[in-house]
Amino acid sequence: MNGQFTALFVYLQTTPLLGLGATLVAFQGASVVSARLPRIALFNPMPLAILVLVVLLLVTGTPYSVYFQGGQYVQFLLGPATVALAVPMHANLHHIRRSAHAILPAIVAGAAVAAGSAMAIAHALGAPREIVLSLAPKSVTTPIAMGIAEQIGGQPALAAVFVLLTGLTAVAIAAPLMRLARVRDWRAQGLAGGTAGHGLATAHLLTINETGGAFAGLAIGINGVVTAVLVPLLARLF
Amino acid sequence: MLGPLTLLLGCQFVGEVLVRALGAPLPGPVVGLLILLAILTVRDGPDPELRSVSDTLLRYLALLFVPAGVGIVTQLDVLGRNWLAVAVAVLVSTALGLVVTGLVMQRLAGRSA
Repeated sequence: MNGQFTALFVYLQTTPLLGLGATLVAFQGASVVSARLPRIALFNPMPLAILVLVVLLLVTGTPYSVYFQGGQYVQFLLGPATVALAVPMHANLHHIRRSAHAILPAIVAGAAVAAGSAMAIAHALGAPREIVLSLAPKSVTTPIAMGIAEQIGGQPALAAVFVLLTGLTAVAIAAPLMRLARVRDWRAQGLAGGTAGHGLATAHLLTINETGGAFAGLAIGINGVVTAVLVPLLARLF
Repeated sequence: MLGPLTLLLGCQFVGEVLVRALGAPLPGPVVGLLILLAILTVRDGPDPELRSVSDTLLRYLALLFVPAGVGIVTQLDVLGRNWLAVAVAVLVSTALGLVVTGLVMQRLAGRSA
């Protein structure tokens, strides 16, 4: 019986079924659980599902490469999903046209400061180059961030983790920080959240103020493009 | 559903080809995004089918990050050795990014909110 089970497990390890199935089951389980928890960014289905799968891999001693045989099919869809961001961006184009003179400088300034200071601080505190480069795209939505990290010689997996940490941080500190800096305009608060804290901050803003949410959503896409252009130039400094 | 999916993959494909041909330091899908944005502007918006496929993809966006996030298991010791640098860098840079973006936007956008 035990031998049969081992044989079955060995067979399953060679197919994508296990990694793909585990990803879908973990995410749906995490969605059910997070719906019953207080609405805090940390209780999103995504971090919960990642936590469950990481523990599962560590406990069973399964190498990441075996898991990724299945996981890659989910990850592949990030490409077309990134392209699909053009649809909500197009819906917000009239906002862009009306305040383009303010939106672009604000996002470029915020993107440069966020990426530059993250790299400078990590570098000054003695982090290796791999970490410094993976931190650069941390304010951008994950599919774009992973692409940028890979492009400049960072680790896409590290970048994905840093993006997650950044989003959680932005959600936690945005409201008191905006009060402190006397940023009261919801267009400005939204743009700041989307630029510094991507989708996590946007989802949070949408629950507070509709204008803020719309500008945050707009900022995700524009910041993705701006950062993709800026970061390779900034990375040459490190 | 097949039409919009082909369009999305087609934009990504052209984006990847352009990035490599021009040696541009951009991820291929980002160029694909810009191509689709140009197409939508010319066409004056997405058709209902494209809207529903992109809505579905974006609704499950969080799921698509999971396999990459699980990749943290291969980085646990690097992170363990550098947790302080990472924590300070993320906290300070996120705060700076929020304040700078917010202040510049508020100043330039004017008073009419």
